[in-house]
Amino acid sequence: MSDPVVVKPPGGTGPAGAPRGAAANTPAPPPEAPIPPQTEVEPKSPHVRPGDRIFKGLATGSGVFIVALIGAIGVFLLVQAIPSLALDNVNFLFSREWSTGDVGNMRFGILDLFLVTVVSAAFALIIAMPIALGIALFLTQYAPRRLARPFAYVIDLLAAVPSIIFGLWGLFVLGPVLTPIGEWLISSLGFIPLFAKGNVSIALGGTIFTAGIVLAVMILPIITAVSREVFDRTPGPHVEGAIALGATKWEVVRTTVLPFGKAGYVSASMLGLGRALGETIALTIILSATGSSFGWSLFDGGATFASKIALAAPEFNDPRSAGAYIAAGLVLFVLTFVVNAIARSIVAGRKEYE
Amino acid sequence: MAKRIDVKDLNLFYGKFHAVQQVSLSVPPRNVTAFIGPSGCGKSTVLRSLNRMHEVAPGARVEGTVQLDGEDIYASTVDPVQVRRTIGMVFQRPNPFPTMSIRDNVVAGLKLAGVKNKKQLDEVAERSLRGANLWNEVKDRMDRPGGGLSGGQQQRLCIARAIAVQPDVLLMDEPCSALDPISTLAIEDLITELKKDYTIVIVTHNMQQAARVSDQTAFFNLLGVGQPGQLIEVDDTEKIFSNPTQKATEDYISGRFG
Repeated sequence: MSDPVVVKPPGGTGPAGAPRGAAANTPAPPPEAPIPPQTEVEPKSPHVRPGDRIFKGLATGSGVFIVALIGAIGVFLLVQAIPSLALDNVNFLFSREWSTGDVGNMRFGILDLFLVTVVSAAFALIIAMPIALGIALFLTQYAPRRLARPFAYVIDLLAAVPSIIFGLWGLFVLGPVLTPIGEWLISSLGFIPLFAKGNVSIALGGTIFTAGIVLAVMILPIITAVSREVFDRTPGPHVEGAIALGATKWEVVRTTVLPFGKAGYVSASMLGLGRALGETIALTIILSATGSSFGWSLFDGGATFASKIALAAPEFNDPRSAGAYIAAGLVLFVLTFVVNAIARSIVAGRKEYE
Repeated sequence: MAKRIDVKDLNLFYGKFHAVQQVSLSVPPRNVTAFIGPSGCGKSTVLRSLNRMHEVAPGARVEGTVQLDGEDIYASTVDPVQVRRTIGMVFQRPNPFPTMSIRDNVVAGLKLAGVKNKKQLDEVAERSLRGANLWNEVKDRMDRPGGGLSGGQQQRLCIARAIAVQPDVLLMDEPCSALDPISTLAIEDLITELKKDYTIVIVTHNMQQAARVSDQTAFFNLLGVGQPGQLIEVDDTEKIFSNPTQKATEDYISGRFG
C-alpha cells in the first residue's frame, strides 16, 4: 500500500490527494489499492481470453457504428443539399421566401422556419421546465412512497402517447380552449410583440401558442423522468448533513438535492428541447399555414423545419426541390447538435464540484 | 453554550422493530461521553435520537424523554429543526456539501439560520476552521470545493461546519472510522480541545479511542438477534475499562466477544 509504484497516482482518489499522500485520502482506496495491480498485470500477459476479445470487439464495434451512423447522416444531408443550394437564388440563411416549385428559379431561405422552430420550442421549454422540476421534486421529496410510484408511471405513460394523438388533441381540444385566452392576451398585452395579433386566424387555434403548449406537454415526461432519476440519487449523507444542520425540507432540497441534480436537470431539459425542435407530426397538424412571414408573435402560424419538410414530402419528385428541404433538414440537424453542445458545456462547467 | 443531557426511559423503534429499550443516562456539560458496543446494539440510534435525527427515517418512533438542560426536546411544542440547529452532528463518512466551497460549507448552518452579513460569515468561517484545526491548511483556498480535501480534512471541515453555529452539544457518529490513523489522531486531539466548550457524545467502535478521549463511557449490548439493544452500564471511563460492574462489559472490553 505504501509503494508508489504499485498504487498508480491517478488511481481514482480525489484530485487533491497530494497534501497527505495516499494515507489521508478517502477511505475506499486503501483496501482496494493492493488489488488493482494484480488484475492490471494480467492483460499484459500474451494470453488474452477469447471472451474478453469478443466482448471488446462488440463494444468497440457498437461505439464505432453509432459514430459512423451519425457521420453518414451528416454526409447524406450535405451531399443531397449542396446541388440545390447552388441553385438557390436568395440567401439560404437569411431569406424568408420559400418557393421550390419552379426548379428553374428556386428561391428558398430558412429564416422563418428557424424562428418558428426555435420560438415554439423555447416557449415549450419555458412552460415545461418549472412544471417538470416541481413534479420531479414532488415525486422524490414530498410524495409518500405509495403514491410516488403510480404517479411516476402515469408520467412515463405520457411519454408513450404517440405524437399524432397529441397533434389531434391540440387541434381539436386544446386549440379551441385556448382561443379565448389568446384573445384576452392579445387585447390586454398586445403591445408586446410576443402577444401581438398574429398572421393567422386565432379562432382556429393553429398558432405557435397552441403548438408550444402541446410541445410542453410532450416534453414534460422526458424532463420529469430524467430529473426524477437524478434527484433520487442525491447521496444520503449529504441529505443527513443538511438535516443535522437544522435544514427544513425545502432547505434540504435547496442545499443538497438541487445542486446535486442541477446538471442532470439541465441535461434533461436539453433532451426535451431536442425533442421539441424535431417534433414533426403534431406541429404539422396544429400549425396553420400562412403566406406572410413570422412577426415575432406567439399567435402567428407558419411552419417549423420538421413540419415544413413533412408537408412537402409527397412532392419530392424532383431531386433539386427535394434538396432544398434536405438543406433545411441539415440546419435542424446542426441546430440539435448545437443545443446538445450547449447542454454539455453547462454540465461540464460544474464538474469541479462533482 | 454547553448543556447537559438527561435521557430517561428512552425506547426507540423502526416501524414495528423495537431497536433500543429503556435507556436512561446523563451527560454532564463539557464532558465527552463515549458509546461503545457491538454492531447493531443501537448506540448510533440512541445518538441520533439526541438531536431528533432518528425520526427522519420512515416509520421511526421515539418514546421517553430527552432533556437538554431540563427542557424536553421531544415536547410537542418543540420544532425538531430548531433542536438540530442547537445540536451539531458529525457523521461516520465526511459529508461536506460537494457543490459548496470550503467557506460556504463551514457557514452553511449560519446561512440556514438567516445570517447574511458577509463579514460576520467570514469571521465565523475562520474561527470555526481554527477551532477544527483546519485553518492553516485551507486558508488560501477557501473558495475551492470542499470535496477536494483529503478524507481527514473533510471530516475536520464537517466538524468546523458543526461548531460554526456554536451548538449546545456536539454528537459524533464514529467520526474516525473512515479515516487513517494520522487523521484519527488529529480528530481525537480536536475532541479533547472542543471539550472545553462543548458537551460531546461520540459513538465509536474503537475501544482504545473511547479510552483515550472520553470521560464517561456507556456500554450498549443486545441480548440476541432481533432483540432490542440495551444500555448495560454507564460510568467513568476509567472505571468501565478497569473495573466494570457487569460481566458483559468486561467480556466486551477485554475482547472476549464483539
